[in-house]
Amino acid sequence: MTIPYPAPQPSFWAAFAMIAAIILTSTAGEVLTAAAMKSVGDLDEIRAHSGLKGAIHAVLTCPLFFAGVSFLALAFFALLFALNHMNLSFVAPASASLTLVTNAIAGKVFLKENVDRRRWTSAVLVCIGVYFLAH
Amino acid sequence: MAHARLTPRQYMILGLVSLCAPLGDTCLSRGMTSLPELTLAHPSALIAAVFTPWIAVGIALLIGFFASYLTALSWADLTFVLPATAFGNVIVALFARFWLHEAISLERWVGIVLITVGVGFVARGPSLTERPPAQTPALAEAADLGEEGIK
Repeated sequence: MTIPYPAPQPSFWAAFAMIAAIILTSTAGEVLTAAAMKSVGDLDEIRAHSGLKGAIHAVLTCPLFFAGVSFLALAFFALLFALNHMNLSFVAPASASLTLVTNAIAGKVFLKENVDRRRWTSAVLVCIGVYFLAH
Repeated sequence: MAHARLTPRQYMILGLVSLCAPLGDTCLSRGMTSLPELTLAHPSALIAAVFTPWIAVGIALLIGFFASYLTALSWADLTFVLPATAFGNVIVALFARFWLHEAISLERWVGIVLITVGVGFVARGPSLTERPPAQTPALAEAADLGEEGIK
């Protein structure tokens, strides 16, 4: 496939804003979805009590779930927009790895999860690993 | 119910999350590259693409990923699930090396080692933050339905 014309590279601040948009919407989506699933409860137990239909009903009647999915959809469109202006080899590793760190912070602040030294170490190692793997 | 340590079934769900997303993306990529170039002038071609085998399998795998991901988030912390399922990136890289015979640079091997160590770290810890027991509305409703069924 040939590119019809060389795409102009965005300025530093434009690139920063596009990556930030992906990270913020993605983190909001993940946190809201996680909060929704915590409010629903253990899906394995719900399915054991009231079957698959009951589990699907429990998820689909949770407003937080739709808020989370909406933000994940926004993150997807923010990614598409960024890919229209920048190379995949920069956008994918930068957004995927930084999202792990912002999720760890958001998990601690908003979901009150116990993000101990083990989880911080893991998030940072995976973050650097994803960057190397996708670069 | 809070599980500080995971059951084999829960490890299987995390495995599905790790595998379904990268395999689904790979199937979509393979399906889309084998099609002639699509344009927005012919949106019906995009709908027809959904029914081609590779893309249909890719969509099925991504639905499987989302279902497993939601299940995992219902009994484990977000900060546990995300790093633990990053192992899927390593599996795809190993597939590329040993199945598709692609060359893997030193940088990528370093990435594989770092992710493996990171996943090992988080997997040895508790999967859920301990909180005072509280029954969720959906679980209470499910329990009521179960009791009505017994009566």
